[in-house]
Amino acid sequence: MTALLKVEGLTIGFGNAAPVVDDVSFSVDPGETLALVGESGSGKTLSCRAALRILPAVAQVRGGAVMLDGPDGPCDLMGLTERQMCYVRGNRVSMIFQEPMRSLSPLHRIGNQVIEVLRLHGTAKGQGARKRVLETFERVGFKDPERIYGSYPFELSGGMRQRAMIAMAIVGKPDLLIADEPTTALDVTTQAQVLGLIKEIQHETGMAMILVTHDLGVVANMADSVTVMNRGRVMEAGPAPLVLGSPQHGYTKELFAAAPMIPESSEQKAKDDGRDYILEMRNVSKTYTLKGKAPWHPKEHVYAVRGIEFGVERGKTLAVVGESGSGKTTCAHMALGAEWADPGAEILFKPEKGAEAVNLQELGSADRLAFQRKAQMVFQDPYSTLNPRMRVKDALCEPMEIHGLGTHGERIERATEMLRWVGLSENMLTRYPHAFSGGQRQRLSIARALMLGPMFLVCDEPTSALDVSVQEQVLQLLEEIRDRLNLSYMFISHDLAVVARIADEVAVMREGLVIEQGPPEALFYSPQHPYTKALLAAQPEPDINRPIDLQTVSQGAGKPTTWPEAFRFDDVTIPPLLETSPGHKVRCHV
Amino acid sequence: MAILRFAVFRFITMLATLVVVSVMIFAIINLPPGDYLSNQINELRATGQSSGVAKAEFLRTEYALDRPLWEQYLIWMGFAPGPHGFSGMIQGEFGWSFEFDRPVADIVGGALWLTVLVNMAAILFVYMVALPLGVIAAARSKTWIDYTSAFVGYLGLATPNFLLALILFYYGNRYLNLPIGGLMDPKFEGEPMSYEKMKSVLVHLIIPTFVIGTSGAAAMMQRLRANLLDELGKPYVETARAKGMSETRMLVKYPLRVAFNPFVADIGTLLPAMVSGSVLVSVVLGLQTIGPFLLTALKSQDLFLSAFVLMFVAMLTLVGTLISDLLLALLDPRIRFGGRSA
Repeated sequence: MTALLKVEGLTIGFGNAAPVVDDVSFSVDPGETLALVGESGSGKTLSCRAALRILPAVAQVRGGAVMLDGPDGPCDLMGLTERQMCYVRGNRVSMIFQEPMRSLSPLHRIGNQVIEVLRLHGTAKGQGARKRVLETFERVGFKDPERIYGSYPFELSGGMRQRAMIAMAIVGKPDLLIADEPTTALDVTTQAQVLGLIKEIQHETGMAMILVTHDLGVVANMADSVTVMNRGRVMEAGPAPLVLGSPQHGYTKELFAAAPMIPESSEQKAKDDGRDYILEMRNVSKTYTLKGKAPWHPKEHVYAVRGIEFGVERGKTLAVVGESGSGKTTCAHMALGAEWADPGAEILFKPEKGAEAVNLQELGSADRLAFQRKAQMVFQDPYSTLNPRMRVKDALCEPMEIHGLGTHGERIERATEMLRWVGLSENMLTRYPHAFSGGQRQRLSIARALMLGPMFLVCDEPTSALDVSVQEQVLQLLEEIRDRLNLSYMFISHDLAVVARIADEVAVMREGLVIEQGPPEALFYSPQHPYTKALLAAQPEPDINRPIDLQTVSQGAGKPTTWPEAFRFDDVTIPPLLETSPGHKVRCHV
Repeated sequence: MAILRFAVFRFITMLATLVVVSVMIFAIINLPPGDYLSNQINELRATGQSSGVAKAEFLRTEYALDRPLWEQYLIWMGFAPGPHGFSGMIQGEFGWSFEFDRPVADIVGGALWLTVLVNMAAILFVYMVALPLGVIAAARSKTWIDYTSAFVGYLGLATPNFLLALILFYYGNRYLNLPIGGLMDPKFEGEPMSYEKMKSVLVHLIIPTFVIGTSGAAAMMQRLRANLLDELGKPYVETARAKGMSETRMLVKYPLRVAFNPFVADIGTLLPAMVSGSVLVSVVLGLQTIGPFLLTALKSQDLFLSAFVLMFVAMLTLVGTLISDLLLALLDPRIRFGGRSA
C-alpha cells in the first residue's frame, strides 16, 4: 500500500538561525492514525503546518518533500502553486486547531463558516450544501443542528466549538485530517468525548489522521503508529503498541516516566482522629450578582460556590478538583481572603496548633496584613504572572517591601536563599523573566510566594501550563518544600493524575458544590459519584490496553440534572453531603 | 427587534446627554466676567451715546439677560417662559446675535448645511482613502508599499492644515485651474439650487475636502493597519487558510470584518474633530461654514450665537456616536447579543 502522506527530510528554519525542524520524516497510510508526540518547541506543530503550507511568514522550508498520494499518483505539495494548494487544503487535507475558542471567527455564524468549505471547493451548492452541513452537525453530536447553524461561536461552550471545528474539518470528506492538540484546551471529560467522536468518524469515513499531541494518554487511546519528536528531530518512530509498550529511545522513556498517573495499588494510610486544621472553611458560599440585561430587568445571580465545608490540615495537601466553572478558583481566592464569602460563612485560620483561630471574614486591615504574610499564592500561568519589566530580584523582594520587612541587604539575602531552595542559581537575580523557561518561571513564582515565610500556600493549577517533564519537576519541588518547611497546601487542579500524586485529601467540585470528598485512595479506588467516575474514566492513560471508557464518561459528565436519580441536583434541590465511610463523603440522596 | 429597542434606548440617552451638554455649554460661555451687552453699554456710556444704551437695555430685557443665570438657561432652552412665552432652542428659536445684529438662525442658516456638506465629504474622503491603503499596508506589511504609505501618511499628519491649504490652492489653481476660496462661485450665492450651482459647489469642494481629510485619513489608515495586523495573527485566520480560501478572499471576509469595529467606532469622534479642526482651514480658505462664526462669536462673547454653534457641534458628535453604535451593533453579533446567554 502506498502511503497517503509521506514527509521526507523536512527541514524548516527561521531566518539564519539553525533549523527548528531538522530532517524530519514520517508517513501516514490511508485510514491510519499517526501520533506526533513531543513537548512544546519540538517542532511537531511546524511539521504539520508545513504539510499544508500554512507556516508563519518568517519560517522557511529549507528542504524536504511532502508527497500526497492522489488519483494521479503521489505529488509533491511543496511544488504546487498557491492556487493548487488551496484545492488541497480543506478538501483533501483538513485541519483542527488547538484553541476552539479562538479558531472560529467571532463575527460569522457557525453554519456560514462550515458551509464555506463546500462552497470554496465547489463540492456542493445551495440547499444540497446546507443539508450536508446539517448532517455533519448531527454526526458530530449536535442535538439541534438548525440552531447551531445559526449560532455564533461565542454562544457555544468550548467542547461544542471543538465539535463545530471537527464538523468544519470533515464536511468536505478529506482523505487526511491533521489534528493539532485538538483536546488540550478542553476539560478532561469533554476531551474524552471529543476523542471518542473523532475515532468513530474516522472509523466510518476511513480517513487518515495525524494527531499532534504532548499527551501520551491521548496517544495510547488513538494512535496506530507513533513518531516521537524532540528539538526538531525524530527520536523514535514505530507502531503504537511497540513504542508505547517498550520504548527504546531514552527520551521516550523520560516522557513516560514524567507522565502523571493514578497509582496502581491502593494503600490505606492510618488516620489519626484529632485533625489539626490550619484553614477550615465552614458554610462558605459565594454568589455573584450580575447586572440585568436592561436597567429594568431583575438582577441575575450566579452561584459560584455553594456551602463548602472542608479544611486543610497542617502539613498536608487538600486538592480541589473540578472543570472550568466549577468554583474551585473562587474557593482559592476566598481561602486567601482575597474575596469575601457570602454572609454567614466562616473561614477559620489557625496559625499554630492550639492557637486561637481567626475568621478571615472579620479581619481588620492590620490583621489582614499579618495573615497575608502567612498565606501566599502560586499562580497558574507563569508567563503572565511575572512582570516582564521587573528583574527577578525586584519581583522577589517586592513582597517584603510591601510588608516593610528587612533592610535591602536582608531582602537580597533572603531572595538568594529562596532561589537556591527552588533550584535556581543566585546569578539569575539580575535577569528579566523572559530569559527563563516556563518551568523556571514557575520556580520563580514559587520562590516569590515563599519570600515572606508563609505557612499556607494556595497553588492554583501550578502545572497546567507546563510540559509533562517540567510538570513532574515542579510537583517534586512543591512536595520537597512542603515537607521541609512543614507547609500546608490547597492545591487547585483539573487534572486528577496530578492530584493523585500530591494530595492527602481530595474534594471534587461541580457547579459550585463539592460532590465527593475523601482521601485519594478512597476516591480513586472506590469512587461513588458518577461524576468522579467519569473524571477517572476520562483520564487518558498511556497504556494501550486501557482505553477510555466512554460509557462511564458520558454517564457522569453531563449536566447534574442528567445524573442518576440519587445524585441529581439543580438550583432548588441539592442532596446533602453524606459520609459513606470514614472520611469519604458523597453528595447523594439517601 | 432587539436592534430597534437598542436604537430607541440609545436615542433617549442621546437626548439626555444633549441636555447635560447644553447646561455645560451655557455655564462655560457665561464663566468669563461680563457679557456682550454690558460690555457694549459700558462702552456707549463712556462715549456718551445714550440712544444706543437704550437699545442695548431693551435687548437685555427682551432676552431676559437681567435675570439669574439659571433662569436665563431655562428660557434659552425653552423649558421656561421668557418675556415672549416659550421661545427657546426646543421651539426652534435660536436667539439674537448681538455682534451681527441679526437673528442667529439667519446667520448660520446657510452655513449649517455647508458645514455638514464639507465635513461629510471630508469623512467620505477619509474612509475611501484609509480603507484600501490600510488594508494593503497590512497585507503587504514590511514591504515598500507599507513603508511608502506610512511615509506619505505621516507627512499628511505632520503638515499643518492651513499650510497644506495654501499650497494646494496655489498649485491647484495654477495647474488644474481649480477655483480659489469659497464654496461656490459668488454668482450662485443666494440662488436656488441648480445643476450649475451644484457643479460649482463640487468643484469648490475638492481642495477643502482634501485639506480637512488628509490628517484624519493618515491616522485612520495607521489604525486600521495596526488592527488588521493584530487580527492576522489570530488562529481563526489560520483556520480560514486551512479551509483552502485564497488569501484575498480570506482577508476580506475574516480579519477585515473584525478590524472594522474600531474603524466604524471612529465615526463618532471623527465628526466633531473635523468640525472644530476645520475652523482655521475655513478661515484660511474662506469657506462659509460655521467655523468662522464660532470664532467671532467666542471672541466677542456673543452669547446666543456661540451657544448655538457649540450645541450644533455637540449634536453632531452625539449623532455621530449614535450612528457608529448602531452600525457596530449591526456589524458585531457579540454587541448585538451581548445580553443573550450562551
